Amino acid sequence: MTSGLGATGTPTPLVIGDVLGALDSIGVPVPQLLQMADSIAFIILAAIGLTIIFGMMGVINLAHGEFIMMGAYITTLSVNVVGLPLPAAMVLGALGTAAFGAIIERTIVRQLYGRLLDSMIVTFGLGLILTQGTRIIFGNSLQSIGTPFGNVPGYTYSGYRVLLLFAAIAVLIGAYLVFTRTEFGIRARATIQDPETARAMGVDTDRMYTVTFAIGSGLAGLTGALYAPSATIVPSMGQAFLVESFVTVVTGGSTVLLGTTLAGGVLGTIDAIFSNLYGNFIGQIALLVTAIIVIRLLPDGLTGLANTIRDKLGERQ
Amino acid sequence: MMDVSLPPRLGGIADKLNGPNTLGNSPAFWAAFAVGMALMVAYPLVQGSYAAGQTSLFLVYGLLALSLSLIWGYTGILSFGQVAFFGIAGYTYAIVSLNLGGVFGQTVALPIAVAVATLSAFVLGYFMFYGGVRDVYVAILTLVVTLVLETFMAQTAGSEWSVGSVQLGGFNGIPGIRNFALGVEGASISLSGSGFYWFVLGLLLLTYFGARVLVNGKYGYALVAIREDEERTAMLGYNVKKVKLAVFTLSGALAGLSGVLYATWGNYMDPSVFTITFATIPIVWVTLGGRESLLGAIVGTIIIERLRLWFSVNASEFAIVFVGVILMISVLVLPRGILPGIRDVYVFFDKHGVREGIDRGRETVQTRVRTLLGSAGVDVSETDTPTGSEEVVE
Repeated sequence: MTSGLGATGTPTPLVIGDVLGALDSIGVPVPQLLQMADSIAFIILAAIGLTIIFGMMGVINLAHGEFIMMGAYITTLSVNVVGLPLPAAMVLGALGTAAFGAIIERTIVRQLYGRLLDSMIVTFGLGLILTQGTRIIFGNSLQSIGTPFGNVPGYTYSGYRVLLLFAAIAVLIGAYLVFTRTEFGIRARATIQDPETARAMGVDTDRMYTVTFAIGSGLAGLTGALYAPSATIVPSMGQAFLVESFVTVVTGGSTVLLGTTLAGGVLGTIDAIFSNLYGNFIGQIALLVTAIIVIRLLPDGLTGLANTIRDKLGERQ
Repeated sequence: MMDVSLPPRLGGIADKLNGPNTLGNSPAFWAAFAVGMALMVAYPLVQGSYAAGQTSLFLVYGLLALSLSLIWGYTGILSFGQVAFFGIAGYTYAIVSLNLGGVFGQTVALPIAVAVATLSAFVLGYFMFYGGVRDVYVAILTLVVTLVLETFMAQTAGSEWSVGSVQLGGFNGIPGIRNFALGVEGASISLSGSGFYWFVLGLLLLTYFGARVLVNGKYGYALVAIREDEERTAMLGYNVKKVKLAVFTLSGALAGLSGVLYATWGNYMDPSVFTITFATIPIVWVTLGGRESLLGAIVGTIIIERLRLWFSVNASEFAIVFVGVILMISVLVLPRGILPGIRDVYVFFDKHGVREGIDRGRETVQTRVRTLLGSAGVDVSETDTPTGSEEVVE
């Protein structure tokens, strides 16, 4: 990506600019596409950690927004105070949050398996402590670390935010591979499906829960890390992700990755259209209304619909 | 059952108040309750009108806590949206009463505000329960609705956001709501200080008795049945969706009433009632006090609000941390809440006698602590574990 730096004075991946220019010249509405890509990336990244923990463990982590905030804080502090390069700081943000998630699972969440609503409430309490604790320790805001790459050439659009879409896709693919193609993924899914049989087959289910929770937390931290350069770093920043992430969980349904992908696509498009035309608030309302309509029509969410279609196609063959 | 010497009609009402779904049905409980009420009634006489006015906020919140106890504690539906109906009613009251003006305006605004909150609860409840939304999804949707309302009210700063002559005012909210008053011009009562305190106390007492009658009646059994096992309740022929919608609507109405009183208490409404922090507070009250106990919800409210008041004066930045800590501790250590806990202890000592009770209690605590530490990875197995330490029996 650095090949485009400097030469023309616009420090942006030139490839993207060229591709977009070519698309524009054949009549594709590029600004709208960029807006949509931004919304889809935001929704997928906002939701992924939450949906993995919910889909695999049935626990709703209401401190999800605060985990995102934690990732952003670790990243920002690593760059500003320690002087780490941005990518290293982002990795640290994700890993730090994952470690914190593992500790929380071991000490707190573990007590509450099978008490779904109680686990919600406890993580809610945790979220409050994290937000206010961060405010007490680090003050009302941190100095933000500017956005890299500048604008996409020819557009008033941050090149970094285009990259976020690729990051979102990479995260989805990565999670898919981990949960379907690795030994760990198979054990984790076995644990989710039938803990007792899994234990009988020699799977350390306790460890599976811890690792799954840590992965979900780490992805929330990664989201925070990825948005750290372009967001305002305040203790309550996690709340900006809450509405989108919860709506995605509700709309997506029970199958984690498929649900997140479908919901991210649908909701991102809707959000882009309404936010663009009528502002952020109407965008949120549109998401909420969509979620309510989807639940009203499809009790199992978009995943349920996808499964029904797949079953119908299967019957025909 | 209450004293047999009561006149028959009063005895009938007393019978309806008591039942298996509420804590405290014994004459001893009612005697303690009467003493507590007498102290509450006497409070303004001792502390003065200003203190009573301040304290009446706790009683207003008590109504909100009761609404959550009904929907969550008894029916098992966790709603983060009670504050949404609370806020909707408060805003409606402000808009209607300030537009109409005068005492008559305020009198009209009260039922309208409660009706709007009730209707909002009905519509949201209809979409959720008849849409097959259950369990955590209800909690998430109610939370999202509340957060979206906050986003909405916070961006209404411009002058284009006004209803009649009242501007919604964005973050600053609507000031100038007058003290609670009922009646028409010339024949009205306006309540503040001690008067408002007694009025809210009476309202809370009536609501509490009403809720006791409700949960100990047939409807209450249906609510508890839904909490315990929804499918089985449906199999027994109950219309689960309808019952859930009804109780959600009722608790929305109660939250609305609380919101109206809140607006007249503080003389303003602002979007802070829709924030995630305020949405947590009722959950904390009810969790601490005992969610399956109506009285517990009220007691929890008063304890938490007293402490929050102390924090806001002495260490305001730690108030939210404190709320979070209390929430986590009470769910982890005292999942059923303070009042049921006290009842359990009482029953425990009643059964075992004091000395044996203390021994057994120590064993139970030791085992629990060991389990807790053990699950956190701390090894404490070198002491021999007493086997068969008895759990608290009801």
